[in-house]
Amino acid sequence: MKLKDFGKAILHNKLALTGTIILLFFIIVATFGPLIMPFSTMEFGEVEDLLLSPSFKHLLGTDDMGRDVLANLIAGARISLLIGAVATAISMIIGTLIGILAGYFGKGIDNLLMRFTDFFLVIPWLPLMMVLAAILGTSLWNIIFVIGITGWAGTARVVRAQTLSVRERQFVERTVSIGAGHGHIMFRHILPNVFPLVFANTVLVAAVAIISETTLSFLGLGDPTMASWGMMLHYAFEGGATASGAYWYYLPPGICVVLVVLSFTLLGYAFDEILNPKLRGR
Amino acid sequence: MSKGIIAKKLLYALLTILVVLIFNYLLFRVLPGDPLAMMMRNPRATPEQIEAVKKLYGLDQAWYVQFFTYFKHLVEGNLGISFVYKAPVAKVVASKILPTVLMVGLAEIIAILIGILIGVVAAWKRGTKLDVWTLGFSLVTYSVPTFWLGMILVVLFCVQLRLFPTSGMLTPGKNFVSDWAKMVDLGRHLVLPVLTMSLVLIGEYALTMRNTLIDVLSEDYIITARAKGFRERYILLKHALPNAMLPMITIIAINIGFVVAGAIQVETIFSWPGLGRLMYEALGARDYPLLQGVFLLVTISVVLANVLADISYAYIDPRVKN
Amino acid sequence: MTLLEVKHLRTYFETSKGLYKAVDDTSFDLDHGEALGLVGESGCGKTTSALSIVRLLPKEGKIHGGQILFEGTDLVQLSDEEIRSRRWKDISIIFQGSMNALNPVMKVGDQIAEAIVLHEKISKKAALARAGELFELVEMPVDRINNYPHEFSGGMKQRAMIAIALACRPKLVIGDEPTTALDVMVQAQILNLLEKLRKELNMGLILITHDLSILAEVCDRIAVMYAGKIVEFGPVEGVFENTAHPYTERLIACFPHIGKEKIIPPSIEGIPPNLLEPISGCPFHPRCHKAIPKCTVQEPEMVKVGEKHYASCLRIGEA
Repeated sequence: MKLKDFGKAILHNKLALTGTIILLFFIIVATFGPLIMPFSTMEFGEVEDLLLSPSFKHLLGTDDMGRDVLANLIAGARISLLIGAVATAISMIIGTLIGILAGYFGKGIDNLLMRFTDFFLVIPWLPLMMVLAAILGTSLWNIIFVIGITGWAGTARVVRAQTLSVRERQFVERTVSIGAGHGHIMFRHILPNVFPLVFANTVLVAAVAIISETTLSFLGLGDPTMASWGMMLHYAFEGGATASGAYWYYLPPGICVVLVVLSFTLLGYAFDEILNPKLRGR
Repeated sequence: MSKGIIAKKLLYALLTILVVLIFNYLLFRVLPGDPLAMMMRNPRATPEQIEAVKKLYGLDQAWYVQFFTYFKHLVEGNLGISFVYKAPVAKVVASKILPTVLMVGLAEIIAILIGILIGVVAAWKRGTKLDVWTLGFSLVTYSVPTFWLGMILVVLFCVQLRLFPTSGMLTPGKNFVSDWAKMVDLGRHLVLPVLTMSLVLIGEYALTMRNTLIDVLSEDYIITARAKGFRERYILLKHALPNAMLPMITIIAINIGFVVAGAIQVETIFSWPGLGRLMYEALGARDYPLLQGVFLLVTISVVLANVLADISYAYIDPRVKN
Repeated sequence: MTLLEVKHLRTYFETSKGLYKAVDDTSFDLDHGEALGLVGESGCGKTTSALSIVRLLPKEGKIHGGQILFEGTDLVQLSDEEIRSRRWKDISIIFQGSMNALNPVMKVGDQIAEAIVLHEKISKKAALARAGELFELVEMPVDRINNYPHEFSGGMKQRAMIAIALACRPKLVIGDEPTTALDVMVQAQILNLLEKLRKELNMGLILITHDLSILAEVCDRIAVMYAGKIVEFGPVEGVFENTAHPYTERLIACFPHIGKEKIIPPSIEGIPPNLLEPISGCPFHPRCHKAIPKCTVQEPEMVKVGEKHYASCLRIGEA
């Protein structure tokens, strides 16, 4: 499917359109939100400011350290999306590279790389992330690294399959016969052909990356100096927000995570429908 | 399936486990951070104590000797001593297996049954309101972090409605008049963890089942069955479902890693005394031997479960059998 | 009484882009024990015509008019339940067995037996015994009924498919491209088998194909379809020797000639018309080598060109 047709199909698909709108909203909030927020996310409030319920001053109330929840939420958007984006990029680069290499060279290299990929596919991801994060220590870059390094296996498989089918096509043979190098063929001829698939896969990896960040931070593996949505939920849980009924504290970050992940999931589902005609709605 | 293929699958599994073991070894020794400090975690340890620990883990020896010792200990079931529990890791881990298996097993069975049922109905009534709702439900539950769903359910059922206990497996300090009373108490504690886990899984199973079934229903052999004069219900049950169930087995197997992740979060939220909670505790206390032990057990179990799914798949699908 | 009479059949598909007239005013008939070849390029409406007979159209497809008289009963007017009970018992279809028409996870014998059990209400054991006999009939080893489809070669799958189609001794069998995707030798075997069985069992046979060359030996009459309409209909000899329609001429020209050099058969230039849009004049005129200005405006009607031989072309009788 050509990229232009793909774009058209997205505009005509309700799910994809909804996903795109939600995602754009959060990207705008993450980019410009912190610039216009009147509250600092780092200054702790006085005793009388702790766990205030929503009011005109604090639209979403305050947390158990007296900070404005809305301000935290907006700052969190930036961090959560940043972690998600960079981790996804790492996963996609590794996955695409391994997939193309395996599919293009075949034989022993393929076998070796796919065994390696299977290993990452079969290992349960959360325990692996927990162990890695525990050993590397909790910092923003470590979290990004851990999520990126564990999330590429599915992409590698998909890209490999597509590379195999692209390689069978004639033009690659022709390029080989006119003496093009491996690198040239892989990046100039195969990569553009696997790209739509990589693109469709990116949203699924991104959804997992955001969920992973939230979960790791919740489990206490986040960077304590970076208030991501996951960290907010971690503090809310540790601070007993559920028992004290501070719904303004534990609901908003969760809802934000759900919306962002949902937007990716919607896009992923829509791509699947567009690329798999059998599922296309009537 | 020929014995050769089974042997090959088992060999691959063993190979994967071997890689896991080496990986596990390297992870806790080669990565940044002094392994000794990690193992000991006591900044004020006396030189004698340090020596003793070095000897215990063989850290004073050449790397290949260390590696050999690691395997020797593994084979003996010696996973080291937990800092927090001050007891052998193997023993601590073993005591937590049953609660996890109970909770996760129940949740899986419920999720598979309900997920398949919803998926079948959605595919059958494709395009109707029910189908749209299934799709919506599945996409939303897929997007919700498991632990957050658990928090919401706690607020709803424990704080607001006061229907179920918030944490643990049995009410602490309670003397049960009969085994039945104990079972009831256990059941009440089980409801919310199992509900959380199932909710997260049902969506994915339902969606997979729906899409697979829609695929199958467009196959030529379904038209053949219609041409034979069968009623739609018969075609669904006898022709479509057996074909659609096969990919489900693969999905359920692939999903085991996801289930493990869910279990860690659910057990953390509900203080369920299983392996997931143990891992969370070990992580919080940086109890490395314990963390390593749970990681090994969980990983190897998942690898084995995958092989089992592969082999059982081969027994069910006639195309693989020969 | 005639076995099957299709009169002015119109089967349309409701698509998002409008009404797709897959079959538009098509009529043909078939006697007991007779073999009719339905030929045309893909998308000409031949399969839709066949599926209309047993009312197995996809949800979007509807019969908008006409009659399908099977031994005098109009199948179009039957209730869903009535047509369902007649499927396979009266009319069965041989699908492309080599493709995916057989259920991959069900033993072939069971796939035969289930139809017998459904329509004749006999025990599964008796039905399986019948399945064995049917395997003998299609010249397959009886013990192979316990195999799964993937254990068969393409030709064997097609034989199994024929055995399934004959399970309930139908009066009419429709073969939908039953030999496509098989190699030439196997193709000939399957056609011979069909020919033999038709005579033995005195069943009507409609053979649908895009390959006119295979019809000569098997069929009594041939109907050539183009753009949802039958353009030529007549006895095999008539159609082959006194070809009346330019489209049929072109189809015959596409034959690979046996004995001569093996060449890729020339296909007909141009593409079939878009059936979503109204066509002015003769639907074939844009591709016709004999088209004259009149063809673009006037729709031709079926005219008699020989004994039981009809065709629709404005240039008939000119020469």
